[in-house]
Amino acid sequence: MSLDLDRRAFLAAALGATALGAARPARAQSVATSAKIVIIGAGAAGSSLANRLAARLDGAEITIIDARRRHLYQPGFTLIAAGLKPANYSVSDTSGWLPRAVNWIEEGAAEIDPEAKTVTTDSGTTVGYDYLVVAAGLKLNYDQIEGMDVSLIGKDGIGSVYASPEAAEATWREMDRFTDEGGVGLFTRPATEMKCAGAPLKYTFLTDDYARRKGNRGKTEIIYAAHSKSLFGVPIVNEKVRMLYGERGFDTRYEHVMKAIDPGRKVATFATPEGDQEIPFDFINVIPPMSAPDVVRNSPLPWADKWVGQGYVEVDQYTLRHNRYPDVFAAGDVAGVPKGKTAASAKWQVPVVEDQIVAQIAGREGTETYNGYTSCPLITRVGRAMLIEFDYGNNLVPSFPGVIAPLEELWVSWLMKEIALKATYNAMLRGRA
Amino acid sequence: MEELTFGTLIAVLEEMFGQALFWGLVVIAVLVTIAFVYVIVRDRSLRSRWFLRAELLAPIGAIAAIWFVFVITRSGLGDVGGPIDVIALILIGLAGAVGLTFLAYTVQAVIGGKRGAA
Repeated sequence: MSLDLDRRAFLAAALGATALGAARPARAQSVATSAKIVIIGAGAAGSSLANRLAARLDGAEITIIDARRRHLYQPGFTLIAAGLKPANYSVSDTSGWLPRAVNWIEEGAAEIDPEAKTVTTDSGTTVGYDYLVVAAGLKLNYDQIEGMDVSLIGKDGIGSVYASPEAAEATWREMDRFTDEGGVGLFTRPATEMKCAGAPLKYTFLTDDYARRKGNRGKTEIIYAAHSKSLFGVPIVNEKVRMLYGERGFDTRYEHVMKAIDPGRKVATFATPEGDQEIPFDFINVIPPMSAPDVVRNSPLPWADKWVGQGYVEVDQYTLRHNRYPDVFAAGDVAGVPKGKTAASAKWQVPVVEDQIVAQIAGREGTETYNGYTSCPLITRVGRAMLIEFDYGNNLVPSFPGVIAPLEELWVSWLMKEIALKATYNAMLRGRA
Repeated sequence: MEELTFGTLIAVLEEMFGQALFWGLVVIAVLVTIAFVYVIVRDRSLRSRWFLRAELLAPIGAIAAIWFVFVITRSGLGDVGGPIDVIALILIGLAGAVGLTFLAYTVQAVIGGKRGAA
């Protein structure tokens, strides 16, 4: 890294790039091909890959299938739900991120047939492919919590940061009211794989912070319902969070998986080893069970023996190539790999898929691999965050060892999340970072 | 850690400020630098009267830069959590101080002209 750059630019931008995973140098060499490449999903992974492949392959026919016209910057949802950004902070046009050379089919994918090498869209159009990249994201299953519905978000103390930018904003209104009035704040997370496992923790910290700033922490009880015996999958991070939760006076209930909500009574029901338990709330952040989208789950692509019922794509965790269909790859949330359902993971996965596909086209073996890198700027209050980066082995992999301590609550880490992360994300979408 | 290239840094900065604003700021910085070099060459020395006045503005530049960053990130001095935060603040303050000093000197020298230097 060049240190003779302007120091302020370095801090603002370099650190931002790091939080999403530092960039790989852009490659100039293009490969001539007439391959048909289909990408399902125009989210963080899909858009970024479309741009990279379009720049890298000369003559390839690249098609991206996604019905959503709105591109959502999901790392911004927490900031919206904390009243720090408006809902439109996370919204942009899908079309603005896609290269001209790419054919965008504005429909959902309805069926994947990896034997016939075709994808059928919602309207029944069949698209053939030589290479398929599944980047379909994941699905929020609110209906798996009895009594829960997206329409409840923003009413009667019910919040849910994940559903949409509008839901995040509605959640902020409820959280703002709750921290004015006090009462019991209840924070959950599902037992399934989920995107950004740090987000439920962040939002608990932020709610505590607002209650303190308003002088109402004394009349506020904060309960965190962890689905397992730990707060975070990486043991060293779990210990740090456990200590912080203790310092902040949170009441942590382990092995509590939310299964039902009664909005009228303001009570949530949890499955626990001791049987079902009810916890009343004045404010709740509901995080639903998650799974791969139906089109993937109902296809032959998912793992048969891992994440059963969740439908994540059976890929090699290092090459992201399908174990049974060598011309199929997965990137982003839908990839069936042990870590990494974050934009930072997508950022590191996309160049690997790019390399593997280009290598396959060129008739050689790909050399890039994904080591499970994930980054989570874990906000612990407005103004401070911990920059946590780790890999498949639960190792901390700090980008600035000895400079930015991963388990320390720092203003610099907050600075990144606030100003540099979205810029880095956007640069990633364009295939430039 | 993967290499962070100069190209990536530019891409991120462009996204942060918007392409027009970022390159506009770069052009302004280059113009001020050229103007500064020009007046130094023209006067064949640094004029102490202007420099002293410019230096007096340095603390204001430092405070303004830090204040600006705090305001846009909704944070404050109380959020400083470790040594790197203090270092970052010092660097931000330094950048503001040096920037404003250069700017103030250059503006005085350009407005004052060659006669003002006498």
